[in-house]
Amino acid sequence: MSRTFLGTPAFPEAARSALANTQLRRNLAHATSTIRAKRAAVVGEVAEWERLRRAGAALKDRTLRHLDTYLQQLEESLTRAGATVHWARDAAEANRIVVDVARRHGTDEVVKVKSMVTAEIGLNDALAAAGITAWETDLAELIVQLGDDLPSHILVPAIHRNRSEVREIFLREMGRYGRPAPADLSDVPAELAAAARAHLREKFLRSRVAVSGANFAVAETGTLAVVESEGNGRMCLTLPEVLISVVGIEKLVPTWADLEVFLQLLPRSSTGERMNPYTSLWTGVTPGDGPQEVHVVLLDNGRTQVLADEVGRQALRCIRCSACLNVCPVYERTGGHSYGSVYPGPIGAILTPMLRGVGADAQVDSLPYASSLCGACFEVCPVRIDIPEVLVHLRAEVVDSHRGHPSAQNAAMAAAAWTLGDARRTSVAERVACAVGKLLRRTRRRAPGGRATLGALPGPAARWADARDVPIPAPESFRAWWARTDGGRTEQQ
Amino acid sequence: MAVGLLVTCLNDVLYPETGKAVVTLLRRLGVEVTFPAGQTCCGQPMVNTGYLDEAVPLVRRHVEAFAGCEAIVVPSGSCAGSVRHQHRIVARRSGDPGLVRAVEESPPVYELSEYLVDVLGVVDVGAYFPHRVTYHPTCHSLRMLGVGDRPLALLRAVRGLTLCELPAAQECCGFGGTFAVKNPDTSVAMGADKARHVRESGAEVLVAGDNSCLTHIGGLLSRQRAGVRVMHIAEVLAATETPAALADPAAEVAR
Repeated sequence: MSRTFLGTPAFPEAARSALANTQLRRNLAHATSTIRAKRAAVVGEVAEWERLRRAGAALKDRTLRHLDTYLQQLEESLTRAGATVHWARDAAEANRIVVDVARRHGTDEVVKVKSMVTAEIGLNDALAAAGITAWETDLAELIVQLGDDLPSHILVPAIHRNRSEVREIFLREMGRYGRPAPADLSDVPAELAAAARAHLREKFLRSRVAVSGANFAVAETGTLAVVESEGNGRMCLTLPEVLISVVGIEKLVPTWADLEVFLQLLPRSSTGERMNPYTSLWTGVTPGDGPQEVHVVLLDNGRTQVLADEVGRQALRCIRCSACLNVCPVYERTGGHSYGSVYPGPIGAILTPMLRGVGADAQVDSLPYASSLCGACFEVCPVRIDIPEVLVHLRAEVVDSHRGHPSAQNAAMAAAAWTLGDARRTSVAERVACAVGKLLRRTRRRAPGGRATLGALPGPAARWADARDVPIPAPESFRAWWARTDGGRTEQQ
Repeated sequence: MAVGLLVTCLNDVLYPETGKAVVTLLRRLGVEVTFPAGQTCCGQPMVNTGYLDEAVPLVRRHVEAFAGCEAIVVPSGSCAGSVRHQHRIVARRSGDPGLVRAVEESPPVYELSEYLVDVLGVVDVGAYFPHRVTYHPTCHSLRMLGVGDRPLALLRAVRGLTLCELPAAQECCGFGGTFAVKNPDTSVAMGADKARHVRESGAEVLVAGDNSCLTHIGGLLSRQRAGVRVMHIAEVLAATETPAALADPAAEVAR
């Protein structure tokens, strides 16, 4: 179980194969439209949703402005409450810290609460390399882990699977790692959930070490929060003796009262629920109750680099709700794997290049272009991240990082800018285009309504003309018509 | 003073009829229209592809061409959004304080339906168009500008027009500028669903406020021989009972 996103081709190519997967298309269209409708309904109930969004954005912005202060406050609060605080600059440091703690307790397995950040740092592989098995306990994460698959959604990592596929995975794989699925397992969701529950229960009861992330970390009190739907998180956070939580440094909120805003924004935006079933909050160690050894790993892994980007830093407001994925027409058709990152969809298209660095490779550089800039993501984002703005900003960074290298695109843009930078040059170019248009019009077909078109074309033009008819220039440009007829005033009827 | 028509580079060379329709419509409503000859392109294709430096001369050209106009009217939500939101980003990037100031002082820009409804205060523009029409709200007019139901209100007031509901109307058609050629497979997959919804609407004419999106959806519909034509909303709103407006829909538009 060690598949990674390494080697994913650039987005256009990865998307091409995903688009041909009819089962994936069907599963995603069904799942995203269901969540979209649920979200729209529960968001519509909140009269002051826009004010709530603005409050969420403002709280996060303020926290990020004073991040150094709040991080130190969090460390003090956590230490006071009996937790051990570790600082990790990158994935390797964070993984080493977690592995060391687990090793100290002589365990060969840990249970895990679903966590994006541990997926980001590849913790499961690092643990496996140290001979420690990480059991994912979230239902969808379990499906992904058993299927030797990769997550394709922030909230619902197995969104690309339907229930008959889940049934097959459970029947085939569960027995290899613990309690097998009942031989007569059907694809009824309740039966699938019961099989997962029975399979996971023995791991909850046996494991002495748990690993989690956190949705929020309260600087004032040192409280961590995990928001979930299945109760597996509650099991992991309370049953084991040792709890290690890996927390990105952007997860901070200053005070307990700030949770009020985010606990309204998050469930409505993510699962389309008014309130999520399980909200677990814990503050260090409580003697005689729950884990008696609590570690918190505060992780940077590129986040301070994002913070330094004046336009891009708004991405650090993200509370991982995945509303932008569910509403994205690109994500709905290409699925999460096409993005080649644990963070797929619109937020992934900005976060991955910023965390990894623009120019890292062609795959990373293709992500800011994996969007039609339709703006649906910005409209639903509960913390008002202007994703289209950041996408365009990152596109400029991609272009700037390749300036000076000859390419067809650089040449085309330079030529277009030269022509369109002057009205006379533009007018000459238009006269040429219109003359060609006049010739083509004699031979070509007309689309309904009279717009003249060309059919399929070879070469690079196929990128458009493969599936779409091509418009033919008018015989006379608007500019030429205006000049010839004095704006239509002298035109002969 | 008069309103300056920003015809857009796309309409200028591919769809001049849309520009002529705006002129006809605005004159009918008593508005004096000029066409500043110095205009070329708003620079959006460069900006959205990441070529900010290349957009600088285009933004400079734009503010010079339209200086002195009372307002700018543009038959495109996308280009209106570019002028309104992106020009200052490009100007800042240029490092030229003069350009930054010129962009700030540039006349207000209105997408056509905004100008008709908000500035002129008209909904019934005296148009006649006896056809079954469906309307696609383009993403930039809908989400960047927030034109809301202004275009629908204008279409509802057109005599003889039957408005058909477009399923999943607010979903992007997949054009997205250079997205259409940088990610052609995804673009076409999105467009195929839009074209299906257009056919399901039962309309014979698809109308939108952006000819760029209509080039994409219309290109798909035409390839499919779907029997649905595409028209810019300006052309519908300019149409009246005079014979020219009732021309054979299968023939070339009269020039």
